[in-house]
Amino acid sequence: MAKTLYDKLWDSHLVKQRDDGSALIYIDRHIIHEVTSPQAFEGLRMARREPWRLDTNIATPDHNVPTTVAERASGVAGIEDIVSRTQVTTLDDNCEEFGIMEYAINDKRQGIVHVIGPESGACLPGMTVVCGDSHTATNGAVGALAHGIGTSEVEHVLATQCLVSMKMKNMLVKVNGELGEGVTSKDVILAIVGKIGTAGGSGYAIEFGGQVMRDMSIEGRMTVCNMAIEAGARAGIVAVDQTTIDYVQGRDFTPTGKLWDQAVVFWQGLHSDDAAKFDLVVELDGSSIEPQVSWGTSPEMVVPVSGRVPDPAAVSDPVKKEGMERALVYMGLTAGQAISDIKLDKVFIGSCTNSRIEDMRAAAQVVKGQKKADSISLAMVVPGSGLVKAQAEAEGLDKVFIDAGLEWREPGCSMCLAMNADKLGNGEHCASTSNRNFEGRQGYGGRTHLVSPAMAAAAAIAGHFIDVREFVGDAS
Amino acid sequence: MKSFTTHSGIAAPMDRANVDTDLIIPKQFLKSIKRTGFGKNLFDAMRYLDEGQPDQSCDGRPLNKDFPLNMKRYHGASVLLTRGNFGCGSSREHAPWALDDYGFRCVIAPSFADIFYNNCFKNGLLPIVLDSTKVDQLFKEMYAAPGYELAIDLNSSSVTTPSGDTFNFEVDEFRRHCLLEGLDDIDLTLQHSNDIRDFELRHAAAAPWVFDAIQGN
Ligand code: SF4
Repeated sequence: MAKTLYDKLWDSHLVKQRDDGSALIYIDRHIIHEVTSPQAFEGLRMARREPWRLDTNIATPDHNVPTTVAERASGVAGIEDIVSRTQVTTLDDNCEEFGIMEYAINDKRQGIVHVIGPESGACLPGMTVVCGDSHTATNGAVGALAHGIGTSEVEHVLATQCLVSMKMKNMLVKVNGELGEGVTSKDVILAIVGKIGTAGGSGYAIEFGGQVMRDMSIEGRMTVCNMAIEAGARAGIVAVDQTTIDYVQGRDFTPTGKLWDQAVVFWQGLHSDDAAKFDLVVELDGSSIEPQVSWGTSPEMVVPVSGRVPDPAAVSDPVKKEGMERALVYMGLTAGQAISDIKLDKVFIGSCTNSRIEDMRAAAQVVKGQKKADSISLAMVVPGSGLVKAQAEAEGLDKVFIDAGLEWREPGCSMCLAMNADKLGNGEHCASTSNRNFEGRQGYGGRTHLVSPAMAAAAAIAGHFIDVREFVGDAS
Repeated sequence: MKSFTTHSGIAAPMDRANVDTDLIIPKQFLKSIKRTGFGKNLFDAMRYLDEGQPDQSCDGRPLNKDFPLNMKRYHGASVLLTRGNFGCGSSREHAPWALDDYGFRCVIAPSFADIFYNNCFKNGLLPIVLDSTKVDQLFKEMYAAPGYELAIDLNSSSVTTPSGDTFNFEVDEFRRHCLLEGLDDIDLTLQHSNDIRDFELRHAAAAPWVFDAIQGN
């Protein structure tokens, strides 16, 4: 029978289908960070349970780590916030006690969990990958079945190497045609979330396909899969092709020699069969996608940069209308206002959505030779990992940012969720390359606008949103 | 795991759609390494007028008087009534921990975000999906009658209103069973240890590179 990619990944990891409708799925790779794991390790200790297979886990602290050179200089001991320090120390201690490989705070391979997974080759095509974090779907970009889990499940995976799961439905999101110049993978996923809504993918595994996805780099596909959760889906995946195989080759944990050859043959089968049936197919025309900007407090509240803040009065669904009205108040915006008129205070380029080398390059290209607008009090660039940072510095991108008045930071989640010292002040507007614009997400009372790295960079220079396609035109 | 069979309690509103996990428990409280004590910071940004800090006592913080949980009529509420896509956003289990720690046993909504829904069951918190017209009716009745209580019975999968209307809801059989019995997921899975070992052998034959160890610090 013809199968979807998701069907294939599911079937090849099915340990046991139980009579009550649940299934045991085998987990190939488990990634651990400091926020969602302490209670899981504590649970293991309390029940005196041994982990099932230690050498499949990999850990790194990311959410709480400071991003300034000064605060990072003395490692964990230097973290000023005691509560954050305790959490990072607890991760170190647990990894030490259980014998789990950890990229500790100042290891050059440390970084955001979803950046280091594919970067290190720990997450490979065809694997099942979990992590106590909803953006784990990022790994779907290499053709892995990856999803976020809660802390009880972290403990469950540590103890059994399995997850109790129910099969999801299959959705195909097909992005046809070609993207226009200046339009990026971030705009694609924001447009998708805008179209299907934040609950549109609920209960589904989404496969992203179509010519636009085929033409996209693996890092671009990561940006798309990363935000599958913002469309309500627990997993996003892209079929394996030559681009995937070229990407994974030569990484730290990628197989070599005969195993590599064998793996490649296996991976080449990781795509949906032509005759495979999807429960739902959604199509978008790639050529009509414009650079996107979110105006509200949910990732589905997006409009093209040329657009205006929408009017709730034009919406009939009362729950939706109320949500829009509330968002307008929270965001301090008025219906009909041009997106380019929104006054910005800060710019954040980073997060597991957009902190890889291609993102750094895209942002650097825009700000090169320009100066940050005076009205922007802080524009920060936070690479996703130590390796991304090193690569960017080798290319001189750090200088480009610094010369333009942007801050170049140490790797971590940073202002994506503001668990460390990087946050928005009450009422501040921020052009952010992260994935969530929820109330208070980037700081109490902070107002987030989700955009691509190039758009964020252009906003840092202009002081307001500007269509990066025009901006590039001006600069050249 | 905590079990859930029947429960009756006062219903309180969270009358908006897409309530995300940052609203349920803001991130500054995720720095705890414990599972308990999150109840006082449930819905922190809406409940208090100032910005809450971890490890801070909430006694004496300025309350938002307009927030339902701060109103006398919803005092002691244990059933949360809300709108679609509740719990969207992060996978943080701190969200159900906070609801549970506050005293909620049950959340009723037209739909839930997947990971949150799943996390509830692990903590003896019952998420109930009812269609939006029924949820609407419950909201209206609750607003009209202070002290409005709902009775939930997981054996019969039903919600009963004070006037005796009964609505049935669906729950996956395995989740229902685990919750009713308070079964521990890990124990259940470990009953299949042999299946897991057999699978590992088959899997290693088909994809041996998957078993390359993560090591080499
Ligand atoms: S970068 Fe943001 S979304 Fe990604 S893992 Fe960190 S906090 Fe979560």
